[in-house]
Amino acid sequence: MAGRLMALWNWFDSRMPTLASEWRKHAAEYYAPKNFNFWYYFGSLALLVLVIQIVSGIFLTMHYKPDANLAFGSVEYIMRDVAGGWIIRYIHSTGASAFFVVVYLHMFRGLIYGSYQRPRELVWIFGVLIYLTLMGEAFFGYLLPWGQMSYWGAQVIVNLFGTIPFIGPDLALWIRGDYVVGDATLNRFFALHVIAFPLVLLGLVVVHLLALHDVGSSNPDGVEIKKTKDPKTGHPLDGIPFHPYYTVKDLVGAIVFLAVFCTVMFFTPEVGGYFLEYNNFIPADPLKTPEHIAPVWYFTPYYTILRAVPPLFDSQFPGVLAMGIAVMILFFLPWLDRSPVRSIRYRGSVYKAWLTAFIIAFVVLGYLGTEPTTVWGQFAVREDSFFGKYILDTKDVATWVGRLGTIVYFAFFFAMPWYTARDKCLPVPARVTV
Amino acid sequence: MRSLLAALLVAPTLALAAGGGYRLDPSPHDPYDLVSLQAGARTFVNYCLNCHGAQYMRYNRLTEIGLTEAQIRDNLMFAADKVGETMRVALNAKDGKDWFGVPPPDLSVIARSRGADWLYTYLRTFYRDPKTTHGWNNAVFPNAAMPHALWTLQGVRSLDMVSRADKAGHVSIDYQWSQIEPGLQSAVQYDATVRDLVNFLVYVGEPGANSRKRIGVIVLFVLGLLFVLAYALKKAYWKDVH
Repeated sequence: MAGRLMALWNWFDSRMPTLASEWRKHAAEYYAPKNFNFWYYFGSLALLVLVIQIVSGIFLTMHYKPDANLAFGSVEYIMRDVAGGWIIRYIHSTGASAFFVVVYLHMFRGLIYGSYQRPRELVWIFGVLIYLTLMGEAFFGYLLPWGQMSYWGAQVIVNLFGTIPFIGPDLALWIRGDYVVGDATLNRFFALHVIAFPLVLLGLVVVHLLALHDVGSSNPDGVEIKKTKDPKTGHPLDGIPFHPYYTVKDLVGAIVFLAVFCTVMFFTPEVGGYFLEYNNFIPADPLKTPEHIAPVWYFTPYYTILRAVPPLFDSQFPGVLAMGIAVMILFFLPWLDRSPVRSIRYRGSVYKAWLTAFIIAFVVLGYLGTEPTTVWGQFAVREDSFFGKYILDTKDVATWVGRLGTIVYFAFFFAMPWYTARDKCLPVPARVTV
Repeated sequence: MRSLLAALLVAPTLALAAGGGYRLDPSPHDPYDLVSLQAGARTFVNYCLNCHGAQYMRYNRLTEIGLTEAQIRDNLMFAADKVGETMRVALNAKDGKDWFGVPPPDLSVIARSRGADWLYTYLRTFYRDPKTTHGWNNAVFPNAAMPHALWTLQGVRSLDMVSRADKAGHVSIDYQWSQIEPGLQSAVQYDATVRDLVNFLVYVGEPGANSRKRIGVIVLFVLGLLFVLAYALKKAYWKDVH
């Protein structure tokens, strides 16, 4: 039996040796640093969530109807009448949020260990492109259940493009395919969500991995393992083959992740309105604007930045611009960071303080985006006082905290060349520490 | 469009000014109480399912709450012929809009959008208000289009709202209820009727919720076993890494 299988493999291998050589290149003989810690699980987990989303998405498309009159009902049909439909739907809705959880943690890893630094700039840039594509994918997908939040969220976001000077209104019309979000919009968002963006996403993931495997993985010490090789074998002394070492390790991580994932999807799939918003159980009504429109949690930091920036000449464009820059700035991170060391382990206190401030700002911005601007009340300033008249255009405390958070967010990036170059770093060891 | 965006950005500010209001009572419903669910189903088809439908809910699914198809057909199906049909009503949206101002919403997922506490409080806080067209108003949902559909059970109540300002200037409202006409049920019985109805609406919102949790326990147990195996595998492979 074994001999026959071997013969079959040899037959295959002699005709297509690529398979074996690629396997060796990317798994069996891809040497990864042996000191990966907790933060290094999220790359493989992101890949796992991508597969989960594609597979569950395929089953959803079998029953979902991209039609303004049928969409909401078809989702309920999936939830009630399709055998196992509710599992598929909850997998997909939980997966959407899980994707962002995992990707944000993966990006945070890059941030604290300087994974974006030379020579891994391209890995980082492809990663940011994945993040941008994922945002688009999530936005298009969120319209499909055709609830009130789907509808009005899409209306607000498309209108953001409408604020761009000169071309804005035509651009928004072109995106919608109609003067309001309607059946035409739903149909094209469906097409973009199920085929266009997933294709781009898959392509970018492949490129992200290829770019990574060309330069090799970084690690929590930020030490380049290729510098110290075993003279006999030529393999890095601090490296271990990805397969089997990291395949079995990531398997453990995947099971723990799935346990968390299943706890959410089986016991609290709405997560208190954060994963599935309550208002989205009301069918879309173009004539009834909800009192409080909040995007899903993964967009809320940027939503707060949008709301924090005051309008100029009656135009919301400055806010939209700030929101755009807040995402685009990520592309420049490898060149903004002038630090001689990669890892937070060997950075000085100045960088650590800035990073802490940034993380706090990001979380606060995210929280405020889910709440009305009055959530923290108003400043007790009289309308006719100097402050009330000339300084405070709004008395909502949350808006001012949002502005502070926005300043911290941008300062972290714009001041980075200055504070990273001056920070007192510790000496980096020659070999990784375990 | 630009002004719409501007309006949406300030809209949340208005929302809180309009909201606040009546404090919601926690709903005491129990999704595992079949007797309560059956009582709720009876109240639902008798009092709600004339104007409101539950168009995604099939009658025969009520076998899940301990009823037989014969019981469903004999006691609950006033608006349908076949037991596999969904809970639709003859009232169309246009007539509903003409009569009430807004078409009565479908109640299939109302418990998921409003929440059980809101429903439980809303259905218990109707009061007589001569200023509205149908003579009813609601403390949780001011100027609700729906008249008090359960008034024969609860009777007629009136509400005095007295605003009071404390020393710091914060205005709070005192709600003072009084019973004008008695209903068929006492206050305690009526609360139980509403609890059962809300229980049923929560069930209708996601009929599979109980089995979802049951399956979840099994899935987590299996993942726990897999974890033990995978962890042992990882330990074995990583023995030689130092």
